[in-house]
Formats: sequence, C-alpha cells, structure tokens
Amino acid sequence: MSPTSKAEWPLYEVFVRGKRGLNHVHVGSLRAADDDMALLHARDLYTRRNEGVSIWAVRSDTIAASAPDEKDPFFAPSGDKVYRHPTFYDIPDDVPHI
Amino acid sequence: MQETPASMNTSVFEDTIARDQRIEPRDWMPDAYRATLVRQIAQHAHSEIIGMQPEGEWITRAPSLRRKAILFAKVQDEAGHGLYLYSAAETLGADRTDMTERLIDGRQKYSSIFNYPTRTFADVGVIGWFVDGAAICNQVPLCRTSYGPYGRAMVRVCKEESFHQRQGYELLLTMMRGTDEQRAMVQDAVDRWWWPSLMMFGPPDDDSPNSARSMAWGIKRHSNDVLRQRFVDMTVPQAEKLGVTLPDPGLRWNEERGHHDFSAPDWDELKRVVSGDGPCNAERIARRRAAHEEGAWVRRAAAAHAAKRTARSRRGAAA
Repeated sequence: MSPTSKAEWPLYEVFVRGKRGLNHVHVGSLRAADDDMALLHARDLYTRRNEGVSIWAVRSDTIAASAPDEKDPFFAPSGDKVYRHPTFYDIPDDVPHI
Repeated sequence: MQETPASMNTSVFEDTIARDQRIEPRDWMPDAYRATLVRQIAQHAHSEIIGMQPEGEWITRAPSLRRKAILFAKVQDEAGHGLYLYSAAETLGADRTDMTERLIDGRQKYSSIFNYPTRTFADVGVIGWFVDGAAICNQVPLCRTSYGPYGRAMVRVCKEESFHQRQGYELLLTMMRGTDEQRAMVQDAVDRWWWPSLMMFGPPDDDSPNSARSMAWGIKRHSNDVLRQRFVDMTVPQAEKLGVTLPDPGLRWNEERGHHDFSAPDWDELKRVVSGDGPCNAERIARRRAAHEEGAWVRRAAAAHAAKRTARSRRGAAA
C-alpha cells in the first residue's frame, strides 16, 4: 500500500482481541522481518499493559481494500434501502415487545 | 479510474475538515497538508526516540530495583511511542528508514528539550513531572487532530504518558522527604528544567509562522501560548505541594485573567538549541547514529533468516 523502496522489513497490520468474546480490532502497524517477529513486536508494542489476549499480524500488502475514490458508487447499493432498518416500519405504540 | 477534478478534491477535503471529521490515509489531501503532517509526526517520533537517552542513562544507576524497573518501563514506552508515530508517518507515504537517516543527518529535528543533560537522579523525576507534563498538555488536544492515524497514535500515547508524569512526581515527593541534600538536588533540577520545559511549547504565537495554517487544517487545536499557559497553571499548585520554588520572580496569580502571569523564556536560547547548538545536540545524534549503525547487522541477519525460511517452506510445499 505504501512505497517500501528503502525499507528493510515488510509492513504488518496488527489486530488485537482485547478479551475473550470481542472481535480482533486493528490497533496499528509495525515492521518485522517475518511473521514470528511480527507477533513478538506486536506483543511488545501493542500489549504492554494487558491490552490483549490474542494477536493477528497480517502483511499489509496482502490486504484487499476498497478504494476511497470509488466510495460513493461502491457503497451506493445500501444507500437507498431504508426498508432494511427497523425504524422504517410504523407500529402502533401500544403493541408490546416489538 | 476517472481523474477527479482538483477543485472537487479540495472541496471534499475542506468539507471533511469543516465537519470536524478525520482525514484518512488514502483520502485526497493538499500536498502542503501532507508535508506539514510528515514533518510534524516525524519530528514527534524522533523526539520520543531521542527522548530515551537522557533518562536511559540513569537505568543502571537508579537507586533501587523498584526505580530501575519503573525507568525501564518508561524508556520502553518512549520507544513504543516513537514506533506508533513512525507508523502514522508511513501512512502518508514517508519511508521509515529515510526518516531515521534524516534524523541522524540533522535534516529533521526533534524536541529541543532532549538536548539538555540529566545531571542527577532528581532530573529523572523532574523530567517526568515537567517534560511529560508539558507533553501531556501538547498531546491531549492532538488526540482530536484532523489526521486519523496521528490522532489514534496520540490516544495510545496519552494513556501511557500519565504513568510517566506520576512516577516522576512520586520520585520527587520521595526525595523531598529525604535529606537536605536530596531536597537541594530536587530544587536544582527544577531550576535547570523549568525554562527549557516552557520552551517545549515552541515560539510565542506572534513568532510562529506555520501555526495559523495548522490550526485552520485542524492539525493543531490550540496555540503555543495557550498550551504554555495551561502548563504553568497546572504546575504551580503541584510545585507548592512538593515544596519547591519555580525559578521565575515574575510568576504570580493574576486574578483578573484567572491565570498565572509568568516571564518569557529566553527565546534566543531556544533558537540556538533548535539550530543545533544546545548542550547535548551532538552527543544525542552521535548516540542515535551509533545505535543505527551497530544494529545494521541484526536487521540484515533477520531479513536473511526470513528469506531462508520462506525459501525452505516453498521447497517443502513443492515437494
């Protein structure tokens, strides 16, 4: 994604699961020579204070991302479908539990 | 993909800033916005990395295992802060190796504060109290800076910085409960670090040429003088509680303004230190350069090891 001309090690994106039951969340990136080193660096860099119970380190150049320039057309299909939201439907106030 | 007209890009960017939303890495942004951010974030990252030195010098000489462990953790945090910030700069297209080279060639700067020497262990406490306190004043508003990755890095940094300030103040409280000699060490460190700490906020507003543009872009949220005032107001009662005197005869509460009045630091000194002529500039850069050069074989060995393992697993897969 970013130019890596002079960089000696590839870029990794780091995802941390804060505790059991939560998703892994992107916390930042780092450089490492290989996957094992990426995990060790991620531990030292992003979980020095018990911030996580599980780490994913993913090579940044393997991530497929939507392009910001195509934002509007790309996400357009969901833009005009208000009927996908519960608030679209009129239900009388006195109907319970709905 | 069709070219977007430049005017449309500009209006989307300005609209995003006006709505107080964040600019993200692959969004269009003006070249000057990108350049300003790269300069500021690189300078900030370099400050964290160089900032490991003045305190790192005291790790082997810390007076107890407790203080040693604390100082180790703090210096490790500074390294971490530098790495968060280098990552943020990389999202703007800056190259990490290139930034390190610019630092050791003197083409990129770092905070002037780290060009002052740490003469006694009381300096470690005063750095935590003043320097990290000033850094918190600067960094808390940066959590809301307009560039997403920079703001997110600052959130992480600010969470950790609070421990830095508190350990420093606690260290000083402990020394103030000690001998007369220890109390004198604390006062001496306060005397030496007060003015350089005030300079950390940069030149006064009427002599800060890039401030207005950075504020308009939402990179900066408050002016240098506003943040400096905030730091003084925050620190005065802490100094009273500690029992030290801040070395400014002009320092007094101004009822009308609701703030403390204080004297101006020696701005010529700031200019000298920033331009390379401070007490420790040469030493700091030489140390950073040596670490970079002495670490070169480790970086090469790790890369060679990774390449070998990749080749081996390819052969394994082919067999």
